[in-house]
Amino acid sequence: MSAAAARRQGKTNSNDVEADVADAARKKAMDVLASAKANELADAWECWADRPDVAPLRGPETGLVMIRGRMGGGGAPFNFGEATVTRATVRLSNGQVGHAYALGTDKDKVRHAAIFDALWQDEGTRRAVEEQVVAPIRQRLEAQDQQCREETAATRVDFFTMVRGED
Amino acid sequence: MYVAVKGGETAINNAHQLLADRRRADRSVPAMHLEQIIGQLGLGVDRIMAEGSLYDCELAALAFKQARGDMIEAIFLLRAYRTTLPRFGYSNPIDTETMLIERRISATYKDLPGGQLLGPTFDYTHRLLDPELMQDLPVEAPTTREAETGPAPRVSEILAQEGLIENDGDLPDDHQTGDLTRQPTEFPMSRDVRLQALSRGDEGFLLALGYSTQRGFARSHPFAGEIRIGEVDVEIDVPELGFAINLGRIRVTECQMVNQFSGSATSPPQFTRGYGLVFGQSERKAMAMALVDRSLRARELGEDITAPAQDEEFVISHSDNVQATGFVEHLKLPHYVDFQAELELVRRMRAEHDRNRPDGNVGETPSETLEAAQ
Repeated sequence: MSAAAARRQGKTNSNDVEADVADAARKKAMDVLASAKANELADAWECWADRPDVAPLRGPETGLVMIRGRMGGGGAPFNFGEATVTRATVRLSNGQVGHAYALGTDKDKVRHAAIFDALWQDEGTRRAVEEQVVAPIRQRLEAQDQQCREETAATRVDFFTMVRGED
Repeated sequence: MYVAVKGGETAINNAHQLLADRRRADRSVPAMHLEQIIGQLGLGVDRIMAEGSLYDCELAALAFKQARGDMIEAIFLLRAYRTTLPRFGYSNPIDTETMLIERRISATYKDLPGGQLLGPTFDYTHRLLDPELMQDLPVEAPTTREAETGPAPRVSEILAQEGLIENDGDLPDDHQTGDLTRQPTEFPMSRDVRLQALSRGDEGFLLALGYSTQRGFARSHPFAGEIRIGEVDVEIDVPELGFAINLGRIRVTECQMVNQFSGSATSPPQFTRGYGLVFGQSERKAMAMALVDRSLRARELGEDITAPAQDEEFVISHSDNVQATGFVEHLKLPHYVDFQAELELVRRMRAEHDRNRPDGNVGETPSETLEAAQ
């Protein structure tokens, strides 16, 4: 159970801060897994040493999330429009449960993401997930964003004024 | 008396077979892949997602292909598909300030933090057909330049520092965000529901209404304060985790329209605002939406309601092209019984009319021809 979930249920814990840090790290990994390409996760799973047995607990299933915006950009929320989202929850043979949500309808991708979330939570395999799965995808995503920024920057207007008249 | 008839089944099946054939067209020409549609007809895909009110490039491209390029048919397909899916929940509101910007311009400030970024725009092209595109010639990779890393605040925040512009737009704290996919439409509408309706509204209809406000029907002196296009994160709170996770990114277009306002009984002179937010790259639609959002705020701002673009019920009731096409196109379905009833009625009225003519002349009765037609 995550720290925030534990707090909601009224359980306090002296390790709250530590747990919050763990939640934040797990969130970062999950964010990358959600943005991964299906084949990146499929290949990573294919290459994974000692693949545990995986049992589905929920899904993978596709549904809708209503995306919200804010009026004026920062004002009161409004319902902007829906997006397809696929989610999955799996249990590994060691009992570890993993969740994943991602935009789109790709069930295999999300099932693999849930497996890697479960493996990430296991101290024994966390480092391997970070290094072999999350890091390369994160690198690709960051490079892609940087490329986009640089291409956009080339279209920035550099205004200059022209001197007109006699002197 | 009218007896129900059947008999269209074979005709319908054959018509659909013919449709599939015409859609595929010349078999010696390769069929389009969805990747080609998403990549090379991307703005069409964006429009289908925006007006279908469902963000999914692949499904929108499929709808585009299935509809043979008929936008409204494709939008209809996407709307129908969404009804088959369960709703997982609501996202946290997206933050357009942290957007990965692909285009960002302001018509009100020349030098603004973050700069004017033209991005992949049709603006400044000469609108001359390019015969080179008839062939598959190699295309140069875009030029790059070191990117600025500073923030690109929304223009409304720059204006707000002077206190001469209204804020982003608030609703009472106890206000439950309305959802027109879940609640029946009611007038008057709160601005949040209006924005939802406008965001999925027909681009052509909103463009015409926005244009009408510029031409003097509810004049509102607009400036394009800012248009930005790019990708934003979509986050959702996941109860089983206890924290919010990112689902991925979507491309959106945002328009901040700034309007002169000389004040009214309820508000001081200041700049007021209209807001546009649309799925995909679609600045014409975002601008039109912002103009219409502003004109529909007439009642709230104490302005006289004199023009169609200010009439909330008129605008919102007719902005949805799936509803509109449903009602217009239903006219082509069999109305044989209705029409026969009307025919009887007109015949009777005509007979009565002829009897009452002062000159006693009876008009030509075309009843024999009509019956033959039936």
